[in-house]
Amino acid sequence: MSSKLGLGKWLLPAYAIVALTFLMIPIAYTFIFSFNNSVKSNIVWRGFTFDKWLNVCNQQEVCEAFGNSIIIGVTATICATILGTMIAIALVRYRFRFRAAISLLLFLPMATPEVVLGAGLAAEFLTAGVEKGLVTIIIAHTMFCVSFVVVTVKARVSTLDPALEEAGRDLYGSPNQVFWRITFPLLLPGIIAAALLSFALSFDDFIITYFNSGTTSTFPKYVYVSAARGIPAEANVIASAVFFLAIILVLISQVSSAIRRKRLEKVS
Amino acid sequence: MATGAFAESGADLELVGIQKRFPGFTAIEHLDLTIPAGSFFALLGPSGCGKTTTLRLVAGLEDPTEGKVLIGGKDVTKLKPYQRQVNTVFQSYALFPHMTVLENVAFGLRRRHIADPVGKAHEALRLVELDHLAARKPQQLSGGQQQRVALARAIVNRPALLLLDEPLGALDLKLRRQMQLELKSIQEEVGLTFVHVTHDQEEAMTMADTVAVMNKGEIEQLGAPQELYELPKTAFVANFLGQSNLFTGKVTGSTSNSISVDIEGVKIVVPTKRAQRHAGEVTIGVRPEKLHLHLSAPKQSAGVNVLGPGRIIDVSFSGVSTQYILAIPGIGKVTVFEQNMKSGPVAAEGSEVWVSWDVEHGFGLADEPAPGPKFAADTDTATIAMQKKHALMSELEEA
Repeated sequence: MSSKLGLGKWLLPAYAIVALTFLMIPIAYTFIFSFNNSVKSNIVWRGFTFDKWLNVCNQQEVCEAFGNSIIIGVTATICATILGTMIAIALVRYRFRFRAAISLLLFLPMATPEVVLGAGLAAEFLTAGVEKGLVTIIIAHTMFCVSFVVVTVKARVSTLDPALEEAGRDLYGSPNQVFWRITFPLLLPGIIAAALLSFALSFDDFIITYFNSGTTSTFPKYVYVSAARGIPAEANVIASAVFFLAIILVLISQVSSAIRRKRLEKVS
Repeated sequence: MATGAFAESGADLELVGIQKRFPGFTAIEHLDLTIPAGSFFALLGPSGCGKTTTLRLVAGLEDPTEGKVLIGGKDVTKLKPYQRQVNTVFQSYALFPHMTVLENVAFGLRRRHIADPVGKAHEALRLVELDHLAARKPQQLSGGQQQRVALARAIVNRPALLLLDEPLGALDLKLRRQMQLELKSIQEEVGLTFVHVTHDQEEAMTMADTVAVMNKGEIEQLGAPQELYELPKTAFVANFLGQSNLFTGKVTGSTSNSISVDIEGVKIVVPTKRAQRHAGEVTIGVRPEKLHLHLSAPKQSAGVNVLGPGRIIDVSFSGVSTQYILAIPGIGKVTVFEQNMKSGPVAAEGSEVWVSWDVEHGFGLADEPAPGPKFAADTDTATIAMQKKHALMSELEEA
């Protein structure tokens, strides 16, 4: 019994450490090589430097691609979050014809292989005669992000007691006031989560973007294209920066919620 | 729209020919109801009887299929909830979780641009003795405190009409008693018209001036609590408000002030003015606490009805009183409540007893006698419990 317990005591942590290390190696590699004093390709270690971090935009293409990715991510996130939130509220709160069908269809973009979605959209843009570029990428990203927003926000809406909105109306709130003062603040955590997810998905997307971008470059597309001739260290800088930014955001939200919980406990 | 000013006083509520249909079922068949200003009115009924729907129609949260809602003589049927001078205390309280207690209470005042919302909100919180918790969030309060915040949030608006949708349902018994008294005194203090929906007959009787008993989307009987209890007009009211012993028989004779009914060969007299029907097959009743238990046959005398002999089949002690259930051959089960004036039961299980009651205490119902079982429905909880007990005992004997 005790020997079994002893085995469990070190086996599980050891396994966890191995798994984590395995997951962290590519990230660590990317981060370390962002300090490489590389010339053309960033494969061989040529010495430590801060240059790449300080002058990221020396490599203009990287910066431009990154800028495009941000523009696309922000715009698509805003569009998808607004549309998706409205759809989610409608699906939970109202009964209408084809409601069940719409619920089901919204899952399709999540279930369909991205290659199919990307190729299909590209064909559509071609027949419609739309020139591929920033706009078509934003449209494509909005399309698949909406599904994720609907799913995330819907979960939040269905936990919202309809009596709260009724109470708002009963207490002389017009439909507009009830939405902005009661419904929206209560849905906000779900909406924020949905927006972050959308941005992450959009920023990260390669396949659909590749089919619908024309000559416009995004960060993932740039990395893919340049992988053939060696990714510049500047790309590592941006990737590492995004990674640490995400970690910092998570830490901030964790710490602030812990503080809030402590304060609540103190009062009660 | 109701902006900038409070209602002068409570207003009367009038429902005219209300019908409410939902897809698939009718919640309210036909409802006419007038509630005078300043009264404490209770709508009492079992779940699914349409009482909450009635409340929601008044608040404007539902639209009637047919009929009109008038508040203070003004037709508000077409007005939205936020345009009506009506406030509701919801069953789940529906306090806004993202606002402090103070902001919850001030919400209605702010929407109507009433001067000094914070001061008035504090005042309302003082009325329910919760001003010291004004800065807290609702989830940091106990159930009873939340209930009082919900009440403060509604009455701070001085609505013409305050609707209470089973607001005490989630509280434990002791707290509920306390809140009943508090609600009643607040109503007297602020002088608003209260419409209270509940399925708890005791709550309705202790709090309301007028009680309407609802069943299957219609009002069965309306009146003062005592009147409803002493003189129920239908079997539903007789059994929903407390317990009743009901007997069915033919009217055999009548004098100027009483009718006599033949119950399996026994003549039972009921005052004419306490009977709804005076001829043919009628159902009459008497409350269990009005019955006297006798161990020997009581002397026949005018003004007293006697039934018996019967055998006691169950005795259950409940502190203040003891409940006896006896079976009288040919007539069925009769429930008797005896005050525990002496210690110990008056009669033991199995003993032979008679029951008597003053003629003045009987009542006659308006219902058509139901076909099938002639006597008191045997689906009340006491009977079911007893059937279970007997089934269990015979099972044990067999084993």
